[in-house]
Amino acid sequence: MSATETTMTDGVAPGEEPGALKQFWRNLRGEPLGLIGLVLVLLLVLSAIFAPWIVPYNPNEILVGERLAAPSAAHWMGTDQLGRDVLSRVIMGGRVALLVALASLGAALSIGLLLGLLAGFGPRWLDNGLLLIFDAVRSFPVIIFALALVALLGPSLYSVIFVVAVTSIPIYARIVRTQTLAMRNNEFILAERAMGAGMARILGVHVLPNVLGPLLILASMDVPLIITLEAGLSFLGMGVRPPTPSWGTILNDGYSYIRNSPWPVIFGGLPIVLATLGFTFMGEALRDIFDPKLKRDL
Amino acid sequence: MLHVMIRAVPGDPASIMLGPRASAEQREELRHRMRLDEPAHVQLGVYFGNLARGDMGTDVVSGRQVTTIVGEQVPHTLTLIFASIAWAVILGIPLGCYSAVRRNTLIDRITGVLSVSVIAIPSFVMALYSLLIFAVALKWLPATGIGDEGFLERARYLILPAFAVGVSWVGYIARVVRASMLEVLGETHVRMNRAFGLPEWRIVFRYALPLAILPTVTLLGVGMAYLLSAAVFAEVVFARPGVGALIVEAVGSRNYPVVMGCVVVTTGLFVVATALADIINALLDPRAREGL
Repeated sequence: MSATETTMTDGVAPGEEPGALKQFWRNLRGEPLGLIGLVLVLLLVLSAIFAPWIVPYNPNEILVGERLAAPSAAHWMGTDQLGRDVLSRVIMGGRVALLVALASLGAALSIGLLLGLLAGFGPRWLDNGLLLIFDAVRSFPVIIFALALVALLGPSLYSVIFVVAVTSIPIYARIVRTQTLAMRNNEFILAERAMGAGMARILGVHVLPNVLGPLLILASMDVPLIITLEAGLSFLGMGVRPPTPSWGTILNDGYSYIRNSPWPVIFGGLPIVLATLGFTFMGEALRDIFDPKLKRDL
Repeated sequence: MLHVMIRAVPGDPASIMLGPRASAEQREELRHRMRLDEPAHVQLGVYFGNLARGDMGTDVVSGRQVTTIVGEQVPHTLTLIFASIAWAVILGIPLGCYSAVRRNTLIDRITGVLSVSVIAIPSFVMALYSLLIFAVALKWLPATGIGDEGFLERARYLILPAFAVGVSWVGYIARVVRASMLEVLGETHVRMNRAFGLPEWRIVFRYALPLAILPTVTLLGVGMAYLLSAAVFAEVVFARPGVGALIVEAVGSRNYPVVMGCVVVTTGLFVVATALADIINALLDPRAREGL
């Protein structure tokens, strides 16, 4: 349970003391991989935000004469089987990937936080009941569970967000629960109680800030998993519906024509690799800098 | 659990399966056949009762037994998973040993970085890229299918998908072996061996390695979930038969009984694998027995 003690010694989430930013930079320079990760993530985020302005073509525009073209000056990443510009689709696909990651992480974090606090601070029966549900959800291999959910909900962008949120809630809730349990009998909490503070005040003012820091770092390390899941489901045709460009659908389209033109597959896979690497490197560096004790079992 | 979800989602499975043009009588008939007209707890009871007798219902499309359909696919998936574990172990353990013995050399550093990055790369991208490189571009290995009868022929078709599934694990295993190897090499009995003047390779392989690979066994159990997920994609990319390919197809055609069957079977595999890993670990390592 190394993760349980972390926040007690650290106090409030790091990054709030004066000069912390400078300190952060100094630390980050010692982690070349983390720096690479940060650059990759920034590139991805910026290109996603400004996607509509930087795409060279309309990602859904069909150029009949230029189907499955190899990369050229006009189409840097070539075109797909309908003659759509792959670069434009890749850039717009980044938007979808980040949107899914943001929406599902937001939902999973807030619900997970709430359930975790409840389980950690509430009565015993509630704790046991919630744990049982968490374990039931986690006992399925993720992709199988996701496929089953999609079978019920039908493939769409919202199904993907829902699936990712449902599968990640238990992870966060569990972490919050352990942290809360560890803090529950801490002296300053007991003192607060003795002074007559209500549960809302204890949880909101004292427990929450201490739990939030490590939770956010863990969440940033989960982004690659979410991107993978979204792209994977879309690749199987169970995620984002065409013609919406997603990295997974680009791969799905390209897969059928892999013998004629490998380019859509090569360039559809590349952003997934770069994005997952970027978030992994960045997340590991953040963890090492802020909270070395947070290391998960490898 | 899934049953509850099917009930909770709005929409009637019967009308989805029959399509919008089905008549009301047809829908009623199917609802009755699937026992959908009975209360939820009865349905659930019937399902688990049948499951205990090895009956998972019938496929709505072909009318065959789901148990038979899923059962036919399990060996294919298991073969793929075992072959990929073999890949991971064959490449991972020597790499881990090397990194532990030659610490902080260039190769150790490269292995360290590679292991982190390879884990991060999604398995289906790995599968697509290896298909592209080794089958389409280099033409070393066949691209899709499982080949005709015959062990060697089958094995040839297995190499590439297994590699795609297993390669993410090479780094993982190498890292674990390296860590535990370093630990073991620092222990007194190893120092004792050194004092006896045993050659270094003999110490590493004869005395340290058997202890150092213990953690990987438990890892394999835990990683079964990952391997199963990766196998789903590998089966689709390489057009191999298997539980993964089956569930994807069943989800596409909304064939609920088959989807359920696949979920039950894969979850079962996962549980069995985890338990097996614990047992094997206990057999190999007396220290772990107390915890079991």
